Amino acid sequence: MPNILEVQNLAKNYGDFTAVKGISFDIKEGEIFSLLGPNGAGKTTTISMLSTLYTPTSGDATIGGHSITKDPMAVKQVIGVVPQDIALYEDLTARENLVFWGQMYGLSGKSLNSRVDEVLEQIGLTDKAKNRVKTYSGGMKRRVNIGVGLLHKPRLLFMDEPTVGIDPQSRRAILDTVKDLNKQGMTLLYTTHYMEEAEELSDRVGIIDHGELIALGTQAELTKQVGQTDTLILRLGESDDPETLAGALKGLKGVQHAEVSDGSVAIVTPSAEEILAAVVSKANERGIKIRTMEIREPNLEAVFLHLTGRALRD
Amino acid sequence: MLKLLLIGIKDLKLMFRDRAALTFMLLAPFLLTIGMGFVTGRFSGRSTGLSDIPVIIVNLDKADLGNALEDLFHSDDLTDLVEPTASSDPEAARQLIDDDQASAAIIIPEGFTQSIIPAEGTMFDSNSVQPDPVQIEVYTNPSRPTGAGIIKAIVDEFVSRVEEGRTSGMTSLSQMMASGLLNPQDAQAEASNQFQNVDQTESTAITLKTNTEGSQAVEFDLLAYFAPGMALMFLMYTVSYGGRSILAERSEGTLPRLMISPTHNAQVLGGKVLGIFFMGVAQVGILILASTMFFQVKWGDALGIVVLILAAVFGATGWGMLITAFARTPSQVASTGSAVMLIFGILGGSFISLERFPPFMQTISKITPNAWGLDGFTTLALGGTLRNLTEPITALLIMGAGLFVIAVFLFNRNGLVQK
Repeated sequence: MPNILEVQNLAKNYGDFTAVKGISFDIKEGEIFSLLGPNGAGKTTTISMLSTLYTPTSGDATIGGHSITKDPMAVKQVIGVVPQDIALYEDLTARENLVFWGQMYGLSGKSLNSRVDEVLEQIGLTDKAKNRVKTYSGGMKRRVNIGVGLLHKPRLLFMDEPTVGIDPQSRRAILDTVKDLNKQGMTLLYTTHYMEEAEELSDRVGIIDHGELIALGTQAELTKQVGQTDTLILRLGESDDPETLAGALKGLKGVQHAEVSDGSVAIVTPSAEEILAAVVSKANERGIKIRTMEIREPNLEAVFLHLTGRALRD
Repeated sequence: MLKLLLIGIKDLKLMFRDRAALTFMLLAPFLLTIGMGFVTGRFSGRSTGLSDIPVIIVNLDKADLGNALEDLFHSDDLTDLVEPTASSDPEAARQLIDDDQASAAIIIPEGFTQSIIPAEGTMFDSNSVQPDPVQIEVYTNPSRPTGAGIIKAIVDEFVSRVEEGRTSGMTSLSQMMASGLLNPQDAQAEASNQFQNVDQTESTAITLKTNTEGSQAVEFDLLAYFAPGMALMFLMYTVSYGGRSILAERSEGTLPRLMISPTHNAQVLGGKVLGIFFMGVAQVGILILASTMFFQVKWGDALGIVVLILAAVFGATGWGMLITAFARTPSQVASTGSAVMLIFGILGGSFISLERFPPFMQTISKITPNAWGLDGFTTLALGGTLRNLTEPITALLIMGAGLFVIAVFLFNRNGLVQK
């Protein structure tokens, strides 16, 4: 498959602060590519440059053969964007929003109306199309937000953290929509800080941290980088300090990393079974009560931890 | 161009769905106009604006000039404007004013004529003692400031013309006598003849001053001043509301989304400006229509009104854009816009006629679209047409264009969205 997107040394500075540090990657036509990284890693800045909203400080990218710096209007015709924050007119109905944004993408007349009907069907809001957006739940607004990005049938769709702050049911619906769109032939660049989403959706993943692309490949290729490792997750009693235990475990034989993540202690180790007894002993020595233990196979979380020494959600 | 229009129409639609904004844009100026109507007696039934102003005349002079002034208030020229009533008791007349029965009382004291026109045989007699000047008293009703102001203006005009005639007459007679063209014995007769002309010819020349060519006595509805005054004041709110929507769209993400779509930045900004313009035109247009329907306000030449509305909104839009370009957040635009609305409202004559301002304030008022707009609306209400609006329309267009250029420069410098 040919590349629909090619990024070369793309960088963005704000004064002395570098938000994106010369990243390079490409996306093949028809694939779902995830840009995975914690908040503030540079995902949204990258999307903003690729969608021609921000001008890169250096580097360039071509989308559908058009340079984002030299031919932004041609790029805009190829791409669709679903921004991280809901960008809709809340006092307009869903249909009015879709009609307006369709017009901004050059649609008109019958083709506009039929396309709006299709999108409403696709996002499951045909029945509520005449209600003002401000009366919608967060999940419904997210669906309209996505619908706007689909109106002109873009070849490449950028989705910037589309599941932030919504209920599990709406999240599930959005992930299914992403898969459906891809099955219909649409290429997607999906940014997220949820490792599970990247794992479920992506053909390939780029891991970004502090503006740098630190890993790139399929899930299998990435997990291979960290070798055959397990992640042991320890959840402690409410009164116990996970930092104390993580610190105590760092020097333990067989422990590659020990970090606090979401109030739990995450340990990267070649074999969780072999260090279990020693871990429990260390906890007991410090009077720390381990409430539950979970052993995870190698995943993107482990990759991130392996590469940065930090948990993805830190 | 189509996208420009679509963005503008979308903003207009959003305005009509914002109840709070509509209340401020339409209901508030409408209610204030009604309030001003009551304050000025427009709805009280005692007076219908600048016609039938009730005035009490107490003529104690009973001589040429006192009678001339009384005749003036009964003349055909002022018959629609004033409704004079004669009285012989100054105290009773003042009491009627205190009881709010009329706008003003004119008390012409005994000896008024004699204080202006010396008695026969004494004019050029160096030994005779000239009487002290006697002042006409205009006792005004503070609760009817406009009507009282008109009466006072008519009396002032009369007195000033009498004084002017007296001075010029005396000067010319003295010169004629000095050059031998007039005998001292004929001077008294000539002087009397000239003073007769003063009170007769000059009195008929007094009319309500208008800004239109070929001035004639016209009926002016006060609401034709206050309704546009209020509309223009709240127009400043509307344009700042429109400007605020630019920054609100930026923070809510719809502006970046517009700029990501295949739409040029100039189209996006132009569309937003067009939206502000549409909102302003809709607001002023609705208020004018409502005033016409509910209060039978006579606005004057329809074409002039339409062009003036467009020009006034254009000028005000320039201010809205400038306020927006200087602000960083929508709330900054809102607070600045409200302050500018009030300042321009006062400075531009929405509450008090600009003619009552000192000259330097009148000059400062020219920076406001309110002053130029009111100038135009008053001209039209007094019978003017589009041809008489060249100055205010040109000023408003220059104002709008100039401010727009500055605003675009600032937007370009600061970036419409952070880049």
